[in-house]
Amino acid sequence: MSTDAPQTTDETSETSTEDAPAEAPSAGDRRRAQKQERAAERAREEAEAEAAAEAAKNTVHLKVFRYDPEVEGKQEPRFDDFHVPYEKGMTVLDALMYARDTYDSSLTFRHSCRQAICGSDALFIDGSQRLGCKTQLSDLDMETPIRVEPLPHADVVKDLVVDMEHFYEQMEAVEPYFQTDDLPDEELEEQRQSRENREKVKMSTRCIWCSACMSSCNIAAGDNEYLGPAAINKAYRFAMDEREGEEMKQKRLEILEQEHGVWRCQTQFSCTNVCPKDIPLTEHIQELKREAVKNNLKFW
Amino acid sequence: MSQSYNRGLIEDFGRWREFSAGMWAWIFHKFTGWVLVGYLFTHIAVLSTAIPAAGAEEAVLTAGEDVYTQTIVTLEDLLLVRILEVGLLAVAVFHILNGTRLLLVDLGIGLESQDKSFYASLILTGAITVASVPTFIAGAF
Ligand code: HEM
Ligand code: SF4
Ligand code: FES
Repeated sequence: MSTDAPQTTDETSETSTEDAPAEAPSAGDRRRAQKQERAAERAREEAEAEAAAEAAKNTVHLKVFRYDPEVEGKQEPRFDDFHVPYEKGMTVLDALMYARDTYDSSLTFRHSCRQAICGSDALFIDGSQRLGCKTQLSDLDMETPIRVEPLPHADVVKDLVVDMEHFYEQMEAVEPYFQTDDLPDEELEEQRQSRENREKVKMSTRCIWCSACMSSCNIAAGDNEYLGPAAINKAYRFAMDEREGEEMKQKRLEILEQEHGVWRCQTQFSCTNVCPKDIPLTEHIQELKREAVKNNLKFW
Repeated sequence: MSQSYNRGLIEDFGRWREFSAGMWAWIFHKFTGWVLVGYLFTHIAVLSTAIPAAGAEEAVLTAGEDVYTQTIVTLEDLLLVRILEVGLLAVAVFHILNGTRLLLVDLGIGLESQDKSFYASLILTGAITVASVPTFIAGAF
């Protein structure tokens, strides 16, 4: 639109120079000139209006949770509004960083890799647990303000930062490292995994310890001792690894079968829905439940 | 250590608008399960009137004047009871359909379409409930 208008003006001016006699301008010429001017004026106005509309469209309105226990006057949680210039491809994390760097350096949140690898920036964005760096603003409803809050079901330390200690403890509780009593004969022999077995655990290895799943889980919210989806998935990764051997598997199942283990899961699929690495968490938990049953049920 | 702040309702049911299919399925399943247990008790209470009724005289029974028949007739005369019965059917149908869905989920079948099977349970429940209304309400007025 805006490019069309000047073009028409150009064309008219060209034709008028061709037509116009070199001598004194006629009344018709004056009228044409006036008309041209008015057209140019209109085009300018249009362009301005459009630029204004464009600018409005091109800022994104963030509503960010703020809380700082150490500063009096900030101890009562509130929401701050930030209007950030939008650029194509901008993520929620980009917008937060812009807000922090431009408007308020006290705005606090964790981030590092900016490519969904470090797991630091799981946030509660527009009512769902997401990674700030993996969430395109264009995928959210930019017509309404975008709400950015710390992860629910975790203690807020400051602004968007939550205490991850409990989550890490649950992860550690399942012994998230390879252990085996099934060593190869020779000392330097490789301990190989079959392709099929690798495929089986593939998705479960992708966890980045972001805690989005734990935060989304209604059961974990009510039962602080529940291992949680991430830890159970971690246990799945090793329990299903054939190289660990039978005895290790028994030990792993014992951890998973305890009161606050797999049986707490009520298959709400909240964790599976929010996992930024698309790990089929519920599927893994359900499979471990069946493993546990098979392990204990004996009809003979 | 850092202090922390409890955000109250936002943590839980304050965000019901954002609940996903699986979460609703869970809430409805719990609710319908407990309604069914509640109904079981009233059901037993009503049926128990058949015990004294069984000892009644032949003539009283044929006249339909025993406690059991009287109780049932009185209850079924109430419009409220008829409406509650429609509700009970809805609750039972949903619980059975979603219960079947949960059993499939436990077996690891169709996990990718768990949300669709929940919506299907809801729609089927709605359809069956609507279809049952004429039967339950017939003669209530
Ligand atoms: C065909 C009939 C039924 C089916 C297929 C069915 C299926 C199920 C399933 C799969 C669960 C969930 C177990 C879990 O994974 O946590 C459940 C829970 C439950 N059911 Fe049923 N059920 C049926 C009938 C009934 C009846 C007749 C009653 C009541 C007398 C009942 C009461 C409950 C209760 C109280 C719960 C637990 C709810 C909770 O989580 O607190 N169910 N049912
Ligand atoms: S399982 Fe997914 S949501 Fe949970 S911590 Fe790992 S990456 Fe995050
Ligand atoms: S910044 Fe590393 S996961 Fe988002």
